[in-house]
Amino acid sequence: MNGRKGSGGGRGKSAAGAQGKDGQRRPMFRRRKVCKFCSDKIDDINYKDVKLLMPFVPERAKILPRRISGTCALHQRKLRTALMRARQLALIPYTAE
Amino acid sequence: MNRKYELVYVVSPEATDEQVAELHTQVESILQRMNGTLEKTENWGRRKLAYEIGRHKEGTYVLEVILGGGDLMKEIDRRLKVSDLVIRHLVVRVDEEQGVVERTRARRTEISRRRRVARGLPPDRQPGEGQRGEPDDDRDDRFDMGVEDMR
Repeated sequence: MNGRKGSGGGRGKSAAGAQGKDGQRRPMFRRRKVCKFCSDKIDDINYKDVKLLMPFVPERAKILPRRISGTCALHQRKLRTALMRARQLALIPYTAE
Repeated sequence: MNRKYELVYVVSPEATDEQVAELHTQVESILQRMNGTLEKTENWGRRKLAYEIGRHKEGTYVLEVILGGGDLMKEIDRRLKVSDLVIRHLVVRVDEEQGVVERTRARRTEISRRRRVARGLPPDRQPGEGQRGEPDDDRDDRFDMGVEDMR
């Protein structure tokens, strides 16, 4: 139970403690993921800023999950609304074949 | 009622520049009639659409930032829905969000100032200080690595 907690989410602050436990299952060193919006101090995630949003839209055009991008919960929520607005305006695709 | 709205509409690529301008004046006339004010208008020009809408692959994007009430936006929304030239539009209320953003920004600078003073530094960053005070780079690369690793 404790071991899972460390690896999930990739939230910044818990990572220091989690490293030891993770190490037993995966000896490979993994960089701690950091929320892009927290570290860059971007408060306003705007649907018009396609350049900012594009890294969170992989080839299949699905929204990149938090588990992978490392975005914090607050910013992932904001990101999601921004992405969905951008989709409505055809700035970002809904799907890609 | 003073609310701030953002309106973005996508005009069909077949429309001429005059037709786009006419749509803009139409919006303006509604604003005048229902006492709204236009804060900003921006024409992003012709852009490729991320997916086809109807049979269109391109569109002209226009952004308008409007101060006014809800009934005003309702009227504009209705008009744009009816219009054949507008292939897509979006109205978003932004005043509340902007307030939140400003507050968090103010709080952040406040905190960083306090911390700097506590460390015996002047409250604002000095010109030559750069990266030494707060190493705020290298995060990008860390972030990208994570993404690529897992994919």
